[in-house]
Amino acid sequence: MPANTCNRRMTVTIRYRLEHPIAVLLSKSMTAIGGAAILNFCTRRAAHLNFLKLEPPMTLSRMPEPDRTVLDRSEAIIGELVALLGADGIISREEGRRAFEADALTAYRQPPLAVALPRTTEDVSKLLKYCRQAGVKVVPRGAGTSLCGGATPTADSIVIGTSRMNSVLETDFVNRTITVQTGITNLAITDAVSAEGFFYAPDPSSQLACTLGGNLAMNSGGAHCLKYGVTTNNVLGLKMVLMDGEIVEINGPYLDSGGYDFMALVIGSEGQFGIITEATLKIIPRMPFARPVMLGFSSCEAAGQCVAAIIGSGIIPVAIEYMDKPAIAVAEAFAKAGYPLDVEALLIVEVEGFEDEIDRLLRAITDIARNFDPQVVEASTSTEHSDRIWKGRKAAFGAMGRISDYYCMDGTIPLARLPEVLSRIGEICAEKRLKVANVFHAGDGNLHPLILFNANDPDEAIRAEQAGAEILKLCVAVGGCLTGEHGVGIEKRDLMDIQFSPSDLAVQMRIKSIFDPHWLLNPGKVFPLPAQELGEQSAADEAA
Amino acid sequence: MSDLQRPGADWELQFVIAGCAEKRMPVEIVGSGSKRGIGRPVDGAVTITTASLRGISLYEPNELVMSARAGTPLSQVESELATRGQMLPFEPIDLGPATGAAHGSQTIGGVFATNMSGARRIQCGAARDHLIGVKGVNGRAELFQLGGRVMKNVTGYDVTRGLAGSWGTLAVMTEVTFKVIPWPETAATVIYLGLPDDLAIELLSTALTLPVEVSGAIHLQAPVAARLGHPGLRIMGKSVTALRLENFSSAVAGRKQHLKEMLKVYGKALELDHRESLEFWGELRRLSVMPNRPSLLWRISTKPTTAPKLVAAIKRYMPVEVYYDWGGALIWLEVPAADDASTAEIRRVTAIHGGHATLIRAEPAVRAAVEVFQPLDPGLERLTRGLKAAFDPAGILNPGRMYANL
Repeated sequence: MPANTCNRRMTVTIRYRLEHPIAVLLSKSMTAIGGAAILNFCTRRAAHLNFLKLEPPMTLSRMPEPDRTVLDRSEAIIGELVALLGADGIISREEGRRAFEADALTAYRQPPLAVALPRTTEDVSKLLKYCRQAGVKVVPRGAGTSLCGGATPTADSIVIGTSRMNSVLETDFVNRTITVQTGITNLAITDAVSAEGFFYAPDPSSQLACTLGGNLAMNSGGAHCLKYGVTTNNVLGLKMVLMDGEIVEINGPYLDSGGYDFMALVIGSEGQFGIITEATLKIIPRMPFARPVMLGFSSCEAAGQCVAAIIGSGIIPVAIEYMDKPAIAVAEAFAKAGYPLDVEALLIVEVEGFEDEIDRLLRAITDIARNFDPQVVEASTSTEHSDRIWKGRKAAFGAMGRISDYYCMDGTIPLARLPEVLSRIGEICAEKRLKVANVFHAGDGNLHPLILFNANDPDEAIRAEQAGAEILKLCVAVGGCLTGEHGVGIEKRDLMDIQFSPSDLAVQMRIKSIFDPHWLLNPGKVFPLPAQELGEQSAADEAA
Repeated sequence: MSDLQRPGADWELQFVIAGCAEKRMPVEIVGSGSKRGIGRPVDGAVTITTASLRGISLYEPNELVMSARAGTPLSQVESELATRGQMLPFEPIDLGPATGAAHGSQTIGGVFATNMSGARRIQCGAARDHLIGVKGVNGRAELFQLGGRVMKNVTGYDVTRGLAGSWGTLAVMTEVTFKVIPWPETAATVIYLGLPDDLAIELLSTALTLPVEVSGAIHLQAPVAARLGHPGLRIMGKSVTALRLENFSSAVAGRKQHLKEMLKVYGKALELDHRESLEFWGELRRLSVMPNRPSLLWRISTKPTTAPKLVAAIKRYMPVEVYYDWGGALIWLEVPAADDASTAEIRRVTAIHGGHATLIRAEPAVRAAVEVFQPLDPGLERLTRGLKAAFDPAGILNPGRMYANL
């Protein structure tokens, strides 16, 4: 069964990929690789099907061919790594490496050559210096929660995991900063300062598990970005190790940087510029109270117009979350949050401040909402009530996962285009005979369509992936972007030329070459593979 | 006199830059030219101004976003925003009055190219935090467009923000897209008089750790406060420590009480109402308390708690007059004119206490002779050279503006 399934998948996928603008380039490269490699890749994956109940959609974003000269030196390389960090710091056995073979984009699995778990910045420096000299590729990894394949290894790479670097180095409440090692989890940062009434603002929904290092690499957002911004707006300084082992400090606990804004470039560079080992972050005094109001509407237009009217009125809520009818139904069935099942769209709008301010703001918001004929208006009256309203939204993704496999998209759109985008998403999925549920950070335009499919049906999996690509193209076409907070990784790298012209890409790739002239850091991500190969080549040419 | 080019379209700009790159001809990049007197002087054979690239190309008040051509006057941007009750969150500072240029003449491109933020930076972030999209031409004459018009966007590297504060040395921006926020319904200011620097910064830090969203936290030493426009404050002969609250009227009233209660150990507070607050913070935004004089003006970024110590250390070498902004994290330091801009002393003290110092006002000959921007560590210097070469391999865009041989 595996081989057959696999071949059928391959055929369909390849046919799809040939319609893609850069398919010609891709197929040329595939011919060069030869069918054997593809078949090998396919069989290996098929073997996994026996162990995994859920298999996300098969894709054919090719990973770079492993460097034979590196694979041939595996034993020696592992020996050198052990000499650097001690046997305790290196994982080289098959079963240990397998734990690092994928991140949350589980369609891609490839155990790395070895895994290194440094404890200090100096350890990271030694590792990178060695890898640079030995020409070994490096994949930085936090907790491995990336949804876009940001931490997917290659067979010829060393994974450098930051899990042992999770200390708080300094909290400075007077100057309102915290300095931490980047292997710390996002939530642990807030935990370290909450007793003093502070918090660290970016709050991706994986915050219990995801690390600051991953947040920095992806410039992560969260539900509260509308008011507090994303990761890059909340970082003051970084300590980073460059690929040649050099340790650089970028800015510090100061509000302005001295020269070029390297912090802006490094945050969101998806682990391709260096390994950030320490960071100084802004911490913010937490408002005394926060409460949501739930608003149900008979159309997505009304809900969209209501969001625009709230923002246009001068109120900036901390969060405005949107769910469509299918999402409401699934969340309610799971969480019993008391959501209305007969509305087309549900908004959860949260405000914060002192108790009397919240009452006033919620009144103002419901007054605005009444202009759009809401079916349901329910303001939270207590902490328990707030928790119940949020419970459904927070459980939405998990609840969806219980009833179906889904493919979570992450485009951003201008709010005014919401109704047409939602109806077009409905059409795209209907054409592919798939169901879709939409969850949306409405305040900042970040849309998360969940395309439902059966992962055991290869054809359906491919249709889901096609629908996903169509939806992202739609987001770009209406003036939005491919990814609002998850990152490009492997998942969206082949769509980059939809959003960017060749010169836009060249501007970005040249910056990569400054930090990592031999393109050893986090290979196979962010740029379409043929473009990466060109970038690597031209960097080598310029160096020569 | 250099050749002045006023491209009116992206392709014209590309054409001009391509010509200069081919001949390796240095180009000075300006908007309105209001900050020409800041940074190291550029000796350009050609001057390109973005002044003809003007106009607001997109404004969606309900999405809190605007796009404008780089040469659009800031005043035009702000008056357009005001018609819909909105504003630039970071309160861009106007260095004109302090540096002898006209007041109110800067362009929106110049604001982002220099990343100049005012008092609200402590609450809302800097200019760079609000820049979400950019179109521009680099020194290779390539037209590029990065970021976009949506505020949540992690597609590709964040080159947009990386161009903020690059002073026209990497690329010429032709269009910028940025986030805006609503004007608060009301503003109020709470003022304490006569505090020494260290107590004043302690007060500001205490206020900033309270959940009342202080949107301005400054301290003016007595001689600086004597230049304020507000007659009551000007004649007191005392230092002025001020905190701004902005919100809905009822929220401001409640928060002000809470704030005063928590700060009562620092003495009796004076208050400015909404109208007086607008005037007071407007003056600070124009830096009119640091008027253009032959003295030097330095701008030092440091930790609030070290700021008074840093100032006291410099005072051992020379007389100083200081305006602390950002709760003490930013020091505007006025010191007597000197041929070397007192660089050695100021940089040494800044290095000991931690921070970055930038020389804002000095004679052109002095700015040409000393390091105006914070000198770079070797690692960052290598990256800085790399970045410059990636954008502008021929080194024609504002050569020497930030660093002598770059």
